[in-house]
Amino acid sequence: MIARFGLRLVAVAYVGLLLLAPVGLVFYRTFEHGLEPVRQVVSSPDFLHALKLTLEIAVIAVPLNTVFGILCALAVVRHRLPGVGIVNALVDLPLALSPVVVGFSLVLLYGPGGWLHGLPVQVLFAFPSMLLATIFVSLPFVVREVVPVLREIGTDQEEAAATLGASAFTTFRRVTFPAIRWAVAYGVVLTMARAIGEYGALAVVSGSIAGRTQTLTTYVDRSYQEFQTVNAYTASVMLATLAMLTLLVMSVLRPKEGVQ
Amino acid sequence: MIEARNVTKRFGDFVALEDVSVQVESGSLTALLGPSGSGKSTLLRVIAGLERPDAGAVFISGKEATALAPQKRGVGFVFQHYAPFKHMTVWENVAFGLTIRRRPRKEIRARVDQLLELVQLQGLGKRYPAQLSGGQRQRMALARALAVEPEVLLLDEPFGALDARVRKELRAWLRRLHDEVHVTTVFVTHDQEEAMDVADQIVLMNSGRVEQVGAPRELYEEPANEFVMTFVGPVSRLGGEYIRPHDVELLLEPAEGTTVGTVQRVVHLGFEVRVELQLDDDGELWAQVTREECERLGLATGVRTHVRPRRERVLAGV
Repeated sequence: MIARFGLRLVAVAYVGLLLLAPVGLVFYRTFEHGLEPVRQVVSSPDFLHALKLTLEIAVIAVPLNTVFGILCALAVVRHRLPGVGIVNALVDLPLALSPVVVGFSLVLLYGPGGWLHGLPVQVLFAFPSMLLATIFVSLPFVVREVVPVLREIGTDQEEAAATLGASAFTTFRRVTFPAIRWAVAYGVVLTMARAIGEYGALAVVSGSIAGRTQTLTTYVDRSYQEFQTVNAYTASVMLATLAMLTLLVMSVLRPKEGVQ
Repeated sequence: MIEARNVTKRFGDFVALEDVSVQVESGSLTALLGPSGSGKSTLLRVIAGLERPDAGAVFISGKEATALAPQKRGVGFVFQHYAPFKHMTVWENVAFGLTIRRRPRKEIRARVDQLLELVQLQGLGKRYPAQLSGGQRQRMALARALAVEPEVLLLDEPFGALDARVRKELRAWLRRLHDEVHVTTVFVTHDQEEAMDVADQIVLMNSGRVEQVGAPRELYEEPANEFVMTFVGPVSRLGGEYIRPHDVELLLEPAEGTTVGTVQRVVHLGFEVRVELQLDDDGELWAQVTREECERLGLATGVRTHVRPRRERVLAGV
């Protein structure tokens, strides 16, 4: 009894101190002087641009990684093709690699002296490199969610569909996808959260130019450096709100335990 | 008709099928019988197109099907664990093959309702597979396979996952269904009693090879070799040879070809009696006799008796 109570206390204190207190403080500081300063920040062009850019990157990166993730999971689990083992191992790389390294490698690749330097479109310090960096860091989530579910459901239902005359695409659409849809949804939410919240890689490749290559995360950092604390707080709250929205969507989507 | 001709299939080093040739007549009900690992399920999957053989050919209704995808073979397959589409209702499961063929809605409805009635699942169409019993799920899988009017129906261990009572019921039911629908049917089983009960023809397999093909009675009475003899029906050993326990003749006086033994135990199993003997020349034996015979001979523990085989030839090929 005491042990259980103690355990709960430790858990609550841990979560409270490390998670709730800092986030709560951000909210408190943001609205400390009322809504007017916040309103001013929210309607400033730089902030709006950062928000728009963050969402634009996410809206492109998330569907791309979802489609790639499903295909990759199918390749890893269902087809023993040569090279699949390597793909499987590489998918985890973005989880292991520091985002700063990801950004730096893009700079090396597209920057002066890099293999892909001098392309007709501006890559570094512009939208393309930011998109590439975001895709890179948010790549593993759908794959990692879908692979175990694909393994678990096995090939029985897919084989049954085939003997009933279903083509590979029909089988995927009517049998495989419905079975993995929750895993996909969960993976999408995690990908979304990562895409919105990415900082390190973007800080390196974007140059963080206000009104041009600033996302919400780099906007927070730049504002804070320049002592525009209200701007930093407001953008932080915006990020936290987006994160909580994705979590909310996830908990609504997630099927209830034990219910098919 | 289905024919597998010189089919070989390996999984890595393991030879699942080695030069297997089998013919199944149109409209028949055939059992692929054998111990686990004998290749019977692999053969079924090769016929269905779910596995591609390393060598050999498969013919379905006279047409070569070896390179044909499972979608194009006109086979219905019932999986060991039924492989229900879990997110679809029973009705949607059965309708699947017709829906993807874009048949008119009216036709689908009529056909599915008819099939649900055939497999005695009428009224359960709106349920999900998780809400069915094992036997019901099995029948749903059967209806789903029959919906597309396959030329051939293949069943992988159709009764394996069911309890004994349901299994017996379904056995009789499958036999009746086959007599009604007349689709060429092949099922896999490891249970010789099941194979003998249901099938017209048994293909007995062992270690990736066919040991014998024939009617249940042929396998029982004229086994081609020791494996068939020991796998199909009870056996006992007499003078280094396998013998059916009911072919053991017990006598009170010595006669030509008899050996002497002592009764160890007499077990009454209703009409038949099981007699366990210790032979003097160091062997054990059990015999199956009728109750009358047991009484006539006065068999009881400790009684000395003379034993010989009732028939000379036990193996067909020997």
